[in-house]
Amino acid sequence: MTQPLTQVRRADVCCIAIAEVFRGDGEIVANPIGTIPRIGGLLARLAFEPDLVMTDGEAMFTNADGAVEAWNPYRTMFDVVWSGRRHVIMGGSQLDPYGNHNFAAIGDMKRPKAQLLGFRGAPGNTINNVTSYWVPNHGPRVFVESVDVVSGVGYDRAAAAGPAATRFHSLRHVVTNLAVLDFEPAQHRMRLRSLHPGVTVADVTAATGFELVVPDDVPTSRAPTADELALLERIDPDGARFQEVPDA
Amino acid sequence: MPDKRMTIDEVVGELRDGMTIGIGGWGSRRKPMALVRALARSHVSDLTVVSYGGPDVGLLCATGQVRKVVFAFVSLDSIALEPHFRNARQAGTVDALELDEGMFLLGLQAAAWRVPFLPTRAGLGSDVVARQPEIRTVHSPYDDGEELVAMPALMLDVALVHQNRADAAGNAQFLGPDLYFDDLMCQAAARSFVSCERIVDTADLLKEGSHHTLRISRLWTDGVVETPNGAHFTSCVPDYERDEAFQRGYAASAKSPEAWEEWRRAWLDLDEGDYQQRVTAG
Repeated sequence: MTQPLTQVRRADVCCIAIAEVFRGDGEIVANPIGTIPRIGGLLARLAFEPDLVMTDGEAMFTNADGAVEAWNPYRTMFDVVWSGRRHVIMGGSQLDPYGNHNFAAIGDMKRPKAQLLGFRGAPGNTINNVTSYWVPNHGPRVFVESVDVVSGVGYDRAAAAGPAATRFHSLRHVVTNLAVLDFEPAQHRMRLRSLHPGVTVADVTAATGFELVVPDDVPTSRAPTADELALLERIDPDGARFQEVPDA
Repeated sequence: MPDKRMTIDEVVGELRDGMTIGIGGWGSRRKPMALVRALARSHVSDLTVVSYGGPDVGLLCATGQVRKVVFAFVSLDSIALEPHFRNARQAGTVDALELDEGMFLLGLQAAAWRVPFLPTRAGLGSDVVARQPEIRTVHSPYDDGEELVAMPALMLDVALVHQNRADAAGNAQFLGPDLYFDDLMCQAAARSFVSCERIVDTADLLKEGSHHTLRISRLWTDGVVETPNGAHFTSCVPDYERDEAFQRGYAASAKSPEAWEEWRRAWLDLDEGDYQQRVTAG
């Protein structure tokens, strides 16, 4: 189906929002996990953050032209994570107001109702390098008052674990199919930062299972430029991004 | 140099009830499946399985031989969640020690270096520590005084790993992009058994890969088994990719006890030679 050129497509806005998450990061590993995160990360490197280091999805760092620039097997990735030279974007099944994250299990982790991925690298990621989250299906089952299992560590849990936990802990953004969120600096509660075109504050609060911090003035998430649209077509010619986030 | 060549059955003959067994590879990649299949046909039970888990864990859960799984994930990669493992966890038939992937690495490293733990930030604030009293913290004895996770050594009775090539003495070679943690598995174990696609002369080890690929020395291995296509249906690049169609069939067998019995009769109740013949016949 051909879209009129003037219509901003939701998936493209999400890719731009993901790309913006990496703005200013410089020479670190940008590790966006998932379809739209990966597209957005590649876009950031091509459009405005050229020093970012990215993986081929396996054991190599490859540059913007696809050339292998270094070997980065799993073991080496832990060197990167624990050095802090990384910004990861993780998906999650549940997120709470302080950014605690769960993709380990639903129910009691000792006898789960639904066994999900396990803890994977979420505890080490969140405590050692900058972490953002991607939620393609913003809804009250994802944004919950309290997560069943803490796999990624939120601000309150890091603070409770002491200075060794807070020293390098930094949750930056939560990008969803509806909006961009961050954490307000005083209490570190999740805050509405921008609304994707066509989405209202009421849409987001209704889709969030806890009380969001909503500033008086919420801007609109920016649309891609013509150059960025061309880059998105180059990165994702088959339109995988529209499968993950259909137009509203 | 010693000759450590063994058969699959001889390796499984070394395994005992209640052992802690580390299994190499990662997810559905380069798993020692020929050895795992033979173990799944045996009556060895009450096992603790330590694994960056894939169908190795799922298969042994499905046969009811596992008491406890030590894991950071159990995945089939192209199928995100391992269905047999999920069934076992949701039925409460296996215990678990859940870890962060990096903590897992440090546990193996601690065992390899014969120290009781290694400190890390990974795990602080998460339920890996908060909900599992067997994972404890330690205060730095230096001026910083930081409280860190003391990841305990993951001591293994036996390690089972699969490599692309090996020699008869047990020097082993990986030719793909990632060794995963196979070397650490061997070093963390009291005894290690390596299966490989092909046993070659020691002098030929450098013919297919540079010296960088020789990461497991015979110092760490007790037996070597030639098992061509022995990682099937997991990937073993560059020798072969994952058999996705086969894996889908394996995953579908978790849907009901009847489906599992059918799969088991077709793909488990036969020896490795017959299995490979049937795989080739498609």
